[in-house]
Amino acid sequence: MRRIGVFVCWCGTNIAGTVDIEAVVEAAKKMPGVVYTGEYKYMCSEIGQSMIRDTIKKEQLDRLVIASCSPRMHEATFRRTAAAAGLNPYLVEIANIREHCSWVHKEKEKATTKAIALIRAAVAKAAYNRELVAGEIPVEQRALVIGAGIAGIQAALDIADAGFEVDLVERTPSIGGRMAQLDKTFPTLDCSACILTPKMVDVASHPHINLYTYSEVEKVEGYVGNFDVTIRKKARSIDMSRCTGCGVCLEKCPIKVDSEFNEGLIKRKAIYIPFPQAVPNVPVIDRTSCRWFKKGKCAVCKKVCPADAVDYEQADELLEKKYGGIVLTTGFDTLKLDEFGEFGYGKHPDIITSLEFERLINASGPTGGKLVRLSNQEIPQNIVFIHCVGSRDKARGKPYCSKICCMYTAKHAILLKEKYPHSQTYIFYIDVRTGGKEFEEFHRRAVEEYGAVYFRGIVGKVFPEGDKLLVQGVDSLSSRTIEIEADMVVLAAAMQARDDAAEVARMLGIGVDTHHFFVEAHPKLRPVETHSAGIYLAGACQGPKDIPETVAQAGAAAAKAIVLLSKKTLIADPCVSEVNEEICTGCLACIQVCPYKAITEKTLDQKVHGRVVQRLLAQVNEALCQGCGSCTAACRPGAINLKSFSNDQILAEVDAVCL
Amino acid sequence: MSVAPKQQSFEPLIVAFCCNWCSYAAGDLIGTSRMSYPANVRIIRVPCSSRVSPNFVLRAFQRGADGVLVAGCHPGDCHYVSGNYHARRRLLVLKRILEFTGMEPERFEVHWISASEGNKFAEVMRDITENITALGPNRKLRDIR
Repeated sequence: MRRIGVFVCWCGTNIAGTVDIEAVVEAAKKMPGVVYTGEYKYMCSEIGQSMIRDTIKKEQLDRLVIASCSPRMHEATFRRTAAAAGLNPYLVEIANIREHCSWVHKEKEKATTKAIALIRAAVAKAAYNRELVAGEIPVEQRALVIGAGIAGIQAALDIADAGFEVDLVERTPSIGGRMAQLDKTFPTLDCSACILTPKMVDVASHPHINLYTYSEVEKVEGYVGNFDVTIRKKARSIDMSRCTGCGVCLEKCPIKVDSEFNEGLIKRKAIYIPFPQAVPNVPVIDRTSCRWFKKGKCAVCKKVCPADAVDYEQADELLEKKYGGIVLTTGFDTLKLDEFGEFGYGKHPDIITSLEFERLINASGPTGGKLVRLSNQEIPQNIVFIHCVGSRDKARGKPYCSKICCMYTAKHAILLKEKYPHSQTYIFYIDVRTGGKEFEEFHRRAVEEYGAVYFRGIVGKVFPEGDKLLVQGVDSLSSRTIEIEADMVVLAAAMQARDDAAEVARMLGIGVDTHHFFVEAHPKLRPVETHSAGIYLAGACQGPKDIPETVAQAGAAAAKAIVLLSKKTLIADPCVSEVNEEICTGCLACIQVCPYKAITEKTLDQKVHGRVVQRLLAQVNEALCQGCGSCTAACRPGAINLKSFSNDQILAEVDAVCL
Repeated sequence: MSVAPKQQSFEPLIVAFCCNWCSYAAGDLIGTSRMSYPANVRIIRVPCSSRVSPNFVLRAFQRGADGVLVAGCHPGDCHYVSGNYHARRRLLVLKRILEFTGMEPERFEVHWISASEGNKFAEVMRDITENITALGPNRKLRDIR
């Protein structure tokens, strides 16, 4: 007979408020196999845990049922408690009477009945629990960082500084990401390039970092400690070992296309370096626009290259690598503004986005930092900024706040006034949100010292009149209609997830939210981990955030990755499938449904009536099995079973809840 | 034996098999956000919807459940890559078989509820409880007790 102990937690009033603890304890005492029933206000507290430990020894309990919060919350805690008292941790079962009972049901009687049923199920299941011993899996002590913006750069540097090998993969020809596009950063007005480029150089010269630019991750398989990753190194058409970065090819190339780095404000060549401080400072041939690749003629770059580095024959290279952990830092895009016809973006050259403004005012930008109207190359006088274009807009844009727009618009107002003291900025906002160190002070400075005029209200229409732009809006605080003759209108477009974020998430086996931002394992307590062990997140791919937050998160993600990589082996979850060889018929239906290729066939020589017969059987590779249990439902004779979610256990639960 | 109790106070028993990663988490979320759904639903945690063998569903009906629900991650979002696709095929066949035995199709349902869809979780639980209350107690496949 089992000796099961049931411990009912009050969780303060969280459970005790709606569930009659006394009745539950009385009912639990009568359940089969239960020899001890206890209750306490906070079972997870040290006093609660020591009560469990003492009782295990005193009552010689061989199974535990803790009726408390969700097993997703404290299962691990109580398993440790059991282990500390010498009981195998897998002999613990949790009855979820908080999230699934006391918090969702208001009527005490019904909640109590349900709590008793849930505990009965847990007791019935616990009776079938077996001692399980966790195995060990080796850890490949090398990390992969996907995306080389500031988040990826910081994470790669931190992991590499801890002494581990890091591969940093970047889709575009250079590292640097969004931060490289910016002019100055709020609230300190440091020049973005001045603080970023040294880090870029550090990455390039770090002995533990391998940089793969113009490369994409194509396939991710495996599991924590042992990810098998395929990286496609796209053909750069330049021999990187030969190129000296002299730049002659860039000058001579006859083809011009929009520069992505400059938000299409100027042209680049078909062979190009995205920006002067690019790392690596090696050009790349854009094969979709290059005349040689389109028409088979030209080859000017090859002729002029003094180092003979141009290689049209170069092909994509597929690298297969193994990693222990992955940090995902793929960044963000800005919202396309096609839906916002009233602002006229795309219809007039002087209506631009904030990122375009950032390029225009940047000393290394297309105009050398001279802010000009793109329509007539004159310096603008009156400039209107519009906040929340697509942010906090359920109907056409995104319901969330993009978080950084209030601050960078204040920054733009300050930069403008400093550069052009006669200019005047007008800013339309819904709310000004300045949560952050020195942020409010910065915003006040924009208003008080730099004379930015803020209107709380929305802009109804922007349209050209003469060579000006007429901005019509409402100041909702004074209920006035506002009309401004502007020379330039700047739209703070919402931040959004990358177009292919959902695909990337699927490839890695992690989750995305409704806006396709990657989902963290817990919004408060595990902000940089994902639900897939060994995969970490940092930066705006997880949600809108500014540079300091991104860097902090990248450091945190790196720290988590370092914790993982610093172990030679990991404890494997023992809740995996096992085959009962006695009844396996060798139909191998299980192999078909296993997503991890964890089941293989084997033959067994068996003596039957004095003859040796070869039998075909399934066998499970415990390191590969992740414990989904798909095979168990596919198994016709019921020979394959999942430890800790076995057929017996689940059927016992079904029987118990139906009583 | 006494006469059967009056039907107006019929409280159905519904067994819900919820996948640990999505639907069970959605159930936790709905608790954390303090919304409510009928207490008739009893949740059994499984690692994946593909772990739910048709046996479990049949056993629930046999032991007196009036309705059974299997809930997993949305197709394409399975924590275990492809488990819910297997579950979908397998359980659709089961649903047809149950219909063949004469059971009302509303008694056995499969839903996809992601970890962030607490509201949907509550909605599904309310709907299934309502539908089955309207149908009355299940008599098919039931043990004679």
